[in-house]
Amino acid sequence: MKKLAKNLLGTLMILTAGSLAFANGTKDGGKVTTITASGSSALFPLVKDAAEKYKVVNPSVSVTVTAGGSGTGLAQVSDGSVDIGNSDVFAASKLSADKAGALVDNKVCVITMAPVINNELAKTVKNLTKQQLIDIFTAKTKNWKDVGGPDEQILLVTRPTTSGTRALFKQFALANNEEASNASLETDNSGTLLQTVSQNKGAIGYLALSYLVNNTTVSTVSIDGVAPTMENTYNGSYPVWGYEHMYTKGSSNKAANDFINYILSKDYGKLMEAQGYCVTSKMTVSRNN
Amino acid sequence: MYNREMIKNEYLGRMIITICGILVIVLTLSIGVFLLVKGAGTFLIYKHSVWEFLFSSAWDPQDTSSGGGKVGALIYIAGSLLTCGLALLIAAPFSFAGAIFMTEIAPKTGLRLFRPAVEIFVGIPSVVYGWIGLTILVPFIKNLFNLPHGFTVLSASLVLAVMIFPTITTVSADAIRSVPQEYRDGAYALGMTRWEVIKGIVIPAAKGGIMTAIVLGLSRAFGEALAVAMVIGKTKAFPRSILSPTNTITTAIASDMGGAMEGGEYNTALWTMAILLYLLSLFFIYAIHKIANQTSEGNNKCRKTI
Repeated sequence: MKKLAKNLLGTLMILTAGSLAFANGTKDGGKVTTITASGSSALFPLVKDAAEKYKVVNPSVSVTVTAGGSGTGLAQVSDGSVDIGNSDVFAASKLSADKAGALVDNKVCVITMAPVINNELAKTVKNLTKQQLIDIFTAKTKNWKDVGGPDEQILLVTRPTTSGTRALFKQFALANNEEASNASLETDNSGTLLQTVSQNKGAIGYLALSYLVNNTTVSTVSIDGVAPTMENTYNGSYPVWGYEHMYTKGSSNKAANDFINYILSKDYGKLMEAQGYCVTSKMTVSRNN
Repeated sequence: MYNREMIKNEYLGRMIITICGILVIVLTLSIGVFLLVKGAGTFLIYKHSVWEFLFSSAWDPQDTSSGGGKVGALIYIAGSLLTCGLALLIAAPFSFAGAIFMTEIAPKTGLRLFRPAVEIFVGIPSVVYGWIGLTILVPFIKNLFNLPHGFTVLSASLVLAVMIFPTITTVSADAIRSVPQEYRDGAYALGMTRWEVIKGIVIPAAKGGIMTAIVLGLSRAFGEALAVAMVIGKTKAFPRSILSPTNTITTAIASDMGGAMEGGEYNTALWTMAILLYLLSLFFIYAIHKIANQTSEGNNKCRKTI
């Protein structure tokens, strides 16, 4: 028994020491600065990718990113538990005015939201007017045959009420009409949403373009004849887009600022577009809310 | 005079264990206090009544700190009760059969094969159950009942049933195994058959342990969020039947908390639901103790009469 306890203790100590060494040491033994970021799950894949690329050009900085939702990210950057708060929405909509005022906004990219439907359905339904879209998401229209599709019941797949993606879609695609929560399936996970839409013939949901790069399991729908693409977002003809923000508390955190500047750089901009995010500086239109 | 050897041998271990023990108690209590601080705002700051929270189905809290929404959580409470109750109904017969099989009918196979097989179930992470549910069970239910989609109360209950089955089985098996051998011997001596012994002697004697197993299974089902979230559909409406989607307390907390504004009405209402879960699990623990006490009293009485 005693021997077992000793062995266990030994193993634990080796594990702890190992992980500490891994966290702190680099090859040349230099000091590593750690930046922490949390928040929006729509922005998460981009920041994670940027963190990996940044590590290559700047080995002395390590970026840790987690996804927990915009509200969490903003609350955590505001109380100082992370360096960067990622958010789909402006800080003022989730924090009190004085807390939001202390944060510095960096609009790192623009994200385009696209309505997505099942591939089978996309053979007949390619375009919806804004009014049709509103009627579908408020559950006034219940069958695809009413909007020029096959005789198939509409299955709504949406986001939780608190989701930033949902807020964006509601504001710019549904003209602020509230989605019918009592008649829709909800998921906070884009992977589950993709799975649900691809499995059900009558399903419609919405996703960020970044989840649709190299993905053929679902199809996008045009709104009023305008396809949800990056070009249409840049030239302002496609309306359902929003800024992705990376907030810092004040502007004194140099490591965090350097990382954000790297994401905003031209070099990373190309990689950003390849992942389905729009570069903010290329936008021909702008918004304040 | 204390010498070092004595301190090392006697007091050091006792001290460490005492500190760890107190820490656990403090931790449990502080979680309760933390939930109260976070969640009491629904009633104190946003002025909703407990009645509204428990018995209204109008759920529309505002994601702002000005409040003015509605916080009726009845849909979530009913959803949790319904899915867990149904899961228990599905899992219980299999669990009892399994427990009796591995203890009374085939103890050797039970110990070597059945028990390890059941225990493997406990170690599987809930996301695996959820993903299997989403990719296999949900389409299966959809095709079986010819529904528009397979996200139903039934799917959630089936996933939960598989998850609580091992808990109920192993705990009931332990209870059955702890029934003294003399009880069985006595009954056989009176000419009872094996089935009569199982039905009339062993199960009644193990009743307390079996009840504990059920309560443990139920509380595990109540706390499960991830696997349920993937198959229940999360529709904000009462289920019309077991073949329609609904939502539960845990899945609502898990999916809505991240995006909600800190300290806002929505956030606070979710914390209030967390308080409700905490109180429920306290109730479950109370119930287990109550049952355990009653059974030991009952058994003592039984022994005295014998």
